[in-house]
Amino acid sequence: MILQPATGIFTFTWVLVALPLLGAFLILVFGKQLKKIAPYLAIALSSSSFVLGFIMFLQMRTRPAGERGFVSNVYQWISSGSLDVSFGLQLDQLSIAFVLLITFVGTMIHIYSLGYMEHDENRGRFFGYLNLFVAAMLLLVLADNYLLLYVGWEGVGLASYLLIGFWQNKHSAATAAKKAFVVNRVGDFGLSLAIMTMFLAFGSFSFSAVNAGMQNAQDWLALTIGLLLLLAAAGKSAQFPLQSWLLDAMEGPTPVSALIHAATMVTAGVYLIVRSASIFNASEAARNAVIIVGAISLIAGAIIGAAKEDIKKSLAGSTMSQIGFMILAAGLGPVGYVFAILHLITHGFFKAVMFLGAGSVMHATNDNVNMRRYGGLSKLMIFTFTTFMVGYLAIIGIPPFAGFYSKEYILEAAFSHSIWVGLIALFGAGLTAFYMTRMVIWTFLSPPRWEDGVHPHESPKSMTIPMIVLAIGAAVIGFALTYNHVFEEWLEPVTGFEKPNAPISVFALTILTLTVVAAGVIFAIYRYRTISPTTPQEVSFLTQAARKDLYGDVANETLLMRPGQKVTKGLVTFDEKAIDGTFLGVANMVWSASRLLRQTSTGYVRSYAAYIVGGTLLVMFLLLIARL
Amino acid sequence: MSLLLLALVLTPFVGALLIPVANKYFKWSAKFTGLASAIVTLLLALAIAISFDRNSSSLTQFDFKVSWIDVFGISFHVGVTGIGLVLVLLTAVLTPIVLWADFYAAVKRPILYTSLILLLAGSANLIFLARDLFLFYVFFEAMLIPVFFLIGIFGGANRAKAAMKFLIYGLAGGLIMLAAIVALTLIATTQLQRSTFDIATLSQSISLTPMQEMWLFLGFFIAFAIKAPMVPLHTWLPDTAEQATPGTSTMLIGVLDKIGTFGMIALVLPLFPNASAQLAPWIIGLAVVSVIYGAILAIGQKDMRRLFAYTSISHFGFIVMGIFAFTTIGIAGATLYMVAHGLSTAALFLVGGHLIKQRETALIADYGGLTKVAPVMAGFFLMAALSALALPGMAGFVSEFMVLTGVYQRYQAAAIVATLGIILAAIYMLWLYQRVFTGPENEKSNLIKDLSSKEVIPLVPVFALLILLGFWPQPVLTTIEKSVANVMQQVDSVDPAPIFAIENKEQN
Repeated sequence: MILQPATGIFTFTWVLVALPLLGAFLILVFGKQLKKIAPYLAIALSSSSFVLGFIMFLQMRTRPAGERGFVSNVYQWISSGSLDVSFGLQLDQLSIAFVLLITFVGTMIHIYSLGYMEHDENRGRFFGYLNLFVAAMLLLVLADNYLLLYVGWEGVGLASYLLIGFWQNKHSAATAAKKAFVVNRVGDFGLSLAIMTMFLAFGSFSFSAVNAGMQNAQDWLALTIGLLLLLAAAGKSAQFPLQSWLLDAMEGPTPVSALIHAATMVTAGVYLIVRSASIFNASEAARNAVIIVGAISLIAGAIIGAAKEDIKKSLAGSTMSQIGFMILAAGLGPVGYVFAILHLITHGFFKAVMFLGAGSVMHATNDNVNMRRYGGLSKLMIFTFTTFMVGYLAIIGIPPFAGFYSKEYILEAAFSHSIWVGLIALFGAGLTAFYMTRMVIWTFLSPPRWEDGVHPHESPKSMTIPMIVLAIGAAVIGFALTYNHVFEEWLEPVTGFEKPNAPISVFALTILTLTVVAAGVIFAIYRYRTISPTTPQEVSFLTQAARKDLYGDVANETLLMRPGQKVTKGLVTFDEKAIDGTFLGVANMVWSASRLLRQTSTGYVRSYAAYIVGGTLLVMFLLLIARL
Repeated sequence: MSLLLLALVLTPFVGALLIPVANKYFKWSAKFTGLASAIVTLLLALAIAISFDRNSSSLTQFDFKVSWIDVFGISFHVGVTGIGLVLVLLTAVLTPIVLWADFYAAVKRPILYTSLILLLAGSANLIFLARDLFLFYVFFEAMLIPVFFLIGIFGGANRAKAAMKFLIYGLAGGLIMLAAIVALTLIATTQLQRSTFDIATLSQSISLTPMQEMWLFLGFFIAFAIKAPMVPLHTWLPDTAEQATPGTSTMLIGVLDKIGTFGMIALVLPLFPNASAQLAPWIIGLAVVSVIYGAILAIGQKDMRRLFAYTSISHFGFIVMGIFAFTTIGIAGATLYMVAHGLSTAALFLVGGHLIKQRETALIADYGGLTKVAPVMAGFFLMAALSALALPGMAGFVSEFMVLTGVYQRYQAAAIVATLGIILAAIYMLWLYQRVFTGPENEKSNLIKDLSSKEVIPLVPVFALLILLGFWPQPVLTTIEKSVANVMQQVDSVDPAPIFAIENKEQN
C-alpha cells in the first residue's frame, strides 16, 4: 500500500492526540483550580477525540481500499547527520481501528470512573492520568516511525506506572508500579536495540523505509530485529518471560485495570508485531519464536487464572492468556495478523466489561477482591450480572458473542499452520471455559459467603451504563466485523492476508471447539458444587504453583534480584575500599612521608650543621666513587 | 560583534566584584546584584545565539583576540564554536536559577556565596570559549578556587575534607595536563620556529610522532576524565556532592564537570586525532564500565546526594561513549546529552535540596510517604527522576538515543551493554522515588512543607526546557551541526553507511 500525504480532515490527525494531551496538561498543572470540573473536562476531551476519529473513519471508508493510508508530517523532530526523524503521524486502516477502540473504550471507562472514584480525594489527578494515557496510546498507534512509537510506548508505560501506584500510600501499590515500569524497561531494551539495528541496516526507522528495506535485507537481520521486537512486545503485553508485572498491576484502581491492563495498553505488543509484518514475514524463525511465546503465555496465563482467588488477578491471568492467543495468531504470519487484531478488538470489549463488572462487585462488597467471599450476587446486582455474563459468553466463545468469531478464526489459522499449534490453542480455549465458569459460579451463582457487614447493592448509573454499552459491543462486534469478511478486507492492504487452509472443515472445527468449551464448562460446574470460604491448603502441586504465578516471581528473585543485590553490595564495598581506598592510601603515604621528613626540621642549628657536614661528606664520597 | 562576546565574558566577573561594592554603598542585596548580572549574561548569551551563523563552517565566530604574553605567543583569544555556544547557554541558564533557588536555602554569607557562583560561571564561560590553550589552562585551574570555597565554607559537616579531596583531584589532573601542554608547545616551538598556544594552529600545523601523540593524549585525557569523572577516577564526586549545597552541586556537576567532556571534544580530538582513534575502543570500553558501574553504585547508595552523583558518573559514561564513537550522531548526541544532563541534574539537586534543607538529612531511609504532605514537591521530584532516566518526551531521551545509536554504528557490543543502563536507571530512580515519596507516611513526614510558589518559579524554566528539548531538540542540534562536522573532519572520520540501501529513498 502506498501512503498518501494527508489532505482534508486527515491533516488534523495530530488533534486526536492533542485533545487528551491538553486535558492531561490542564488537569495536572492546574489541579487545584480545576478540581470540580476535571472529570468532565477529561470525559469531554476523550470523547471529542472519539468523535473526530469516527468522522475520519467514515471519510476513510468512502475512499478506495488502496488509498486509505495517510501520512502527515507535523514537524521535523530530530535531525543530525544522517539521522532524520520526523514527528510524523500515519493514519491507516490499522491505526484507525485502534483509534476507535482506544477512544471509545477509553471514554466509557472515563465515565465509569465518575462513579467508581467518586469518593477519592485525588480523583482530579486520576482523570488527568487517564487522559495522559489516552494521548500516549494514540501517539503509539499513530506514529509513522519506530522512535515516535517509542515515545507513545513509554508514555503509556508512564501512565500505567502512575495509575498502578495511584494509591501511593499503599506500599504494595508503589512496589507494583515500580515493578511494572522496570520490567517494561527490559522490553524497552529490546525496542531500543531493534530501532538502532534498523538504523544501522537502513539508515532510517520509519515504517515505510523499513518495509522497503526488508525487501532486500538478509535473513539474519529480520531474525535479529524480529526477536528484539518480540522482547519489547513481551514486556508491554505481559507475555512470557516478562509477564510477572501484570498480576501485581492489579493494585491500581479497577477502571485502570480495565482500560490499561486489559483492553488497550497491554495489547500494544500485538500492535507492534502486526505493524512490523514486513519484518516477521521475512523470518520464519522469528515467527516461530513469536508462536512459542504466545503459546506458553496462553497456557500459563490460563492456569494462573484458574487458581487465583482474587477476582482481578484471575482476570489478569486471563488477560495474559488471551493476549497469548493474539501473539500466537500474529506469529502465524499473514494468515493470522488480521485475526490477532480482530481478537484484540473483541477482547477489548469483553474483558473491559468483565473488569468493570469486577469493579462493580468490589464496590458492592466493601472493596473485597476474594471470590471465596462472594456468591449469590446474580439477583442483587442484575445489571452487573447480566453484562458480566455477556462478557463471559464472549470470552469462552459461544456464538453469536464476539469472542466466538475471533477465536474461531485464530483456531482455524493455527490449525492451518500446524496441528500442534492448533491443539495448543484449542486446549487454551478449553482452559478459558473452565476458569471463566469458575469465576462466574464463585461470584454470582453460588450461595453467598459474604464477610460481616457486607450489603451488596447495584452500582450507580454512571457505572452500569458504560457496562451496558460495552456489553452490547461484546455481544455484537464479532459478528459485525466478520460479516462478509469486512474486517479482513479492511486490514488486508496494511497487514496482508492469506486465507486459512485448515486440514479440517470450518464446520467440524466449530463443533470440535464448542465441545472442548462445553467440557471446560461442565468440568467447572462439577468441580465447584461447593466452595469453601477459606483457602484449602491440601491442593495439588499444580494449584500451588499456579497460586504463586507458576514461580515467575521466585525465578526473578533467585536469578536476578538476589544476585543483583549481592553485586550491588559488593561493588559498593569495592568502590569504598578498593578504589577510594587506593587513592586515600596514596594520599596517606604522602602524608606520612612528609611527617617523617618534617622531623628532620628540628629548628636546632646544631642539627642543620650536622646535615651540612653529612651531606658534604656524602657528595665527596660519591664523587670519589665516580672517579674510580 | 566581538564586543558582544567580550561583554559576555566580563559580565559575571564584573558582577562578582560589584556585589560587595553595591552592597556597601547602595545597599543592594547580593541577590539582586547577582541575579541582575546573571540575567544580563543570559541575555548576552541569547543575543550571541541569535546572531550566531548556523550555516557557516568556519571553526569559530565572534573571535576576540588581544596579545597577552607576547614572548610565548600567548594571547587572550576567545571565539564561539557551536558546541561551546550551547554550553555557554547552559551555564547562562543555570546560573540565575541557582542564584534564585539557593537564596531560599538561607545561605549564611550571601555576598561571598553569590560572588563565588558568578566567578565560577565566568570561568566556565571562558573555558568554553577559549581558543588559546594557555587561557584554557589558566581558567581550568582557576575555577577550582571558587568551588573549593563554595564547598569548604558553605558545605555540610565534612566539608573541609570534601573540599580538600576535590582540590587535590583537580590539581592532580591540572598538573598532568600542564606537563602535556608544556611538552606540546615545546614541540610546536621547534617545528614552527615560534612559540604559540593557539589551539587551531596547534591542531593543524604540528606533526607529532605516534609516541608523542599517545603520551600527550593521555596527559589531556586523564585530566578531563577526572573532571567529568570516569571510573576509576570518580570517587571525589560523591564525597563532594554529599557535602556541597544543592546550588553548588548543580553548578559543579551540571556545568563544571562538562568541561571534562567538552575538553575531550574541543581539545583532545582535534589535537590528537590519531591517538584518539587508536585508543577509542579502550575508552569506549572504559565508558561502558562507567555507565554500568555508576548505575549499580547508584542503586546501592543510602544518601540521596551520593546517589545523584553516581547517576552522573553513569551519564558521563554515555557522553564519553558518544564522543569517542567518532560518528556525527554520537558526537552531536553527546553534546545534547551535556545540556540535558545539566538540566536534569539541576532538577534533581534543586528539588532534592528543598527536601534535604528541611529535614537536614539526605539519608533515603529517613524519608517515606511524602506525597500526601508535599504533593507538588513529589510531582517535581518525579519529573526530575523521569528526566534522569531518559523518559521519551524529555531531553535526556533524544540525547541518550542518539549516543547509543552513534555508538552502535561502530561498536555494537558496547552499545548493547550500555543500553542495559536504561533498565538500571529505572531501578535507581524509581526506587528512590518510591522510598522517599510513596508508601505509608512516617512519623516525621509532617515536618516537611510543600514547595511554595516562590520555590517553584526557578524550577519551571528547567522543566520547561527539559520537555521542550525532548520534543524539539533542533535548536541545539542545528547550532552544533557545523561544529560537529568540523570535529568529524578534524579526526578524519566518515559516518558508516547503512548496510542495506533502500531503493525508494523519497519514502522517508
